[in-house]
Amino acid sequence: MAEKGDWVKIHNVVLDPSNRVSSLPADTKKVPLEAWINGFLNEDGEIGEMVEITTLSGRIVSGTLAEVNPRYIHDFGNPVPELLKIGPNLKKQLEEGSV
Amino acid sequence: MYEDVIKRKNEIIQKAVGIDYSKFEIKGIAFDYDRMMKEVSYSLDEIRKIQSETQVGNTPLVELKNLTKLIRKISKPEKGARIFLKDESANPSGSFKDRRASVSIYHAKNHGYKGVIAATSGNYGAAVASQAAKYGLRAIIVQETFDSNHVGQPEILEKGRACEAYGAEVVQLTVGPELFYYTLKLLDETGYFDASLYTPFGIAGIETLGYEIATQVKSRYGRFPDAVIVTHAGGGNVTGTARGLKKAGAKTKVIGSSVDLRGLHMASDHDFNRKSFTTGHTGFGIPFSAYPDRVDVPRNAARSLRYLDRYVLVTQGEVFFTTEALAQVEGMMRGPAGNTSLTAALSIAKEMDEDQIIVVQETEYTGAGKLPSAQLTFAKKMGVIVKNGNSIKEDVPGKVIAIPESIEQIGIIEYPLENIKKSYVKESIKAYGKSEFSDVEKKFMAEDTNSNSQEIDKMLEEVLKDGKA
Ligand SMILES: Cc1ncc(COP(=O)(O)O)c(C=O)c1O
Repeated sequence: MAEKGDWVKIHNVVLDPSNRVSSLPADTKKVPLEAWINGFLNEDGEIGEMVEITTLSGRIVSGTLAEVNPRYIHDFGNPVPELLKIGPNLKKQLEEGSV
Repeated sequence: MYEDVIKRKNEIIQKAVGIDYSKFEIKGIAFDYDRMMKEVSYSLDEIRKIQSETQVGNTPLVELKNLTKLIRKISKPEKGARIFLKDESANPSGSFKDRRASVSIYHAKNHGYKGVIAATSGNYGAAVASQAAKYGLRAIIVQETFDSNHVGQPEILEKGRACEAYGAEVVQLTVGPELFYYTLKLLDETGYFDASLYTPFGIAGIETLGYEIATQVKSRYGRFPDAVIVTHAGGGNVTGTARGLKKAGAKTKVIGSSVDLRGLHMASDHDFNRKSFTTGHTGFGIPFSAYPDRVDVPRNAARSLRYLDRYVLVTQGEVFFTTEALAQVEGMMRGPAGNTSLTAALSIAKEMDEDQIIVVQETEYTGAGKLPSAQLTFAKKMGVIVKNGNSIKEDVPGKVIAIPESIEQIGIIEYPLENIKKSYVKESIKAYGKSEFSDVEKKFMAEDTNSNSQEIDKMLEEVLKDGKA
């Protein structure tokens, strides 16, 4: 349950596969064009329900309530072994033969 | 619905950019590019003033002494140019895109628009959002963010986060060129200004970058740089920088460089998340240099073929190597796109004399989603093989990323400008549905490709012959 005023994410299908442009590669053509937009919820609502939000630009947009307090989940990744020796090796190369 | 909006494209765009492009049309393919650039936008001096009022530009030019030293160790005697880096990450939103946005948003504000819209998955979104914040305008950024499994490209997620942090509404879409349709719908609905990447405003905004490079090098070393190397996607970066260098009186060589992603389809849902670079790659660089008028506005102000002296490609693995190198021996943690041209510079500096100067013209901010560790962790998750090895030989876009183990393995792939020019001719034939062009048109095509009329005739002949074969 999300309350009026909560920061949420809504979802919409913009174009069904049958309405997509004909020049698309086959893999893209068989899936819909979808959109997600964040904003403040205008009335209480449940996940999966049609709701209305006010976005950061002030637009009022409706769509299916997808997430409450949507969080960015991208991060710094894992240490990557293939990268870890690059720095130390270059430093060694710089020190070697320096006058 | 879709057709209705697309049908009204010209009307919507004209209202949203406030430019009457028909004024500059000459005949057929020919239009007056120079007059458009002069009349639509602002002068270099005006733009320097506009930018200084919003902290855009005047970024530091840094000599990369340790990378130069490393390159000289592996160069022939007396070879190994001095490598410099223009630290564009010092702009308010962290990339040269602030230069581009600054002029558009200034113009939008002065012409009474209440908000601005930009269709971009790149740093440009943050730049538009940041400038809009400064001028008190509303902003909407439309991004291509997810594949059909709702998996987001980490770099694009980060750019979206930045837009939102600067107060913009962000529309996150799945893969597909219909992003343009969605943007048109928004422009129509809101009456906001279209902060297109490809108007004269955006390109003129970058001229200050080339101008600053020329004057900074000249005032410190008494001469202009020998070469400036520019990461190339849509071609605005090359175009604006080269025009600025010219305006400063510099006869510097302009080299474009892109990450090699040949073989991946830019509109493919599957390929979308198998690219470790979201801009500065061949998926934009090759088609946009070969045929610029494929954008939202009727005439693209970014026409890189007019200015390029050379175009080179580097691999994803090499750019990751260089990004690590920049952080660990120069103490500069900077983002992915600018390091494409830095990678090429490491290689090209080896060909140049010790007393020559090559300038890498940009950096961008980095961090979560953008760092090599973030991208490579994601690539592995998407089934891309990541290993150490010789990138030039072993990299296969979408399948294998080979990361060099030493600086000796950094190289470039030459992409002949002749190939791009020939594609230009081919695309012109396709776009205008004819194989005969008038003298006026051929003169324009020659200017547009930095060739002469005889070369255009020869290419027309070759392309038509190829087509028949
Ligand atoms: C940091 C950075 N460098 C270079 C580019 C390429 O610029 P252009 O598209 O004008 O060629 C971009 C834009 O996508 C970018 O964000």
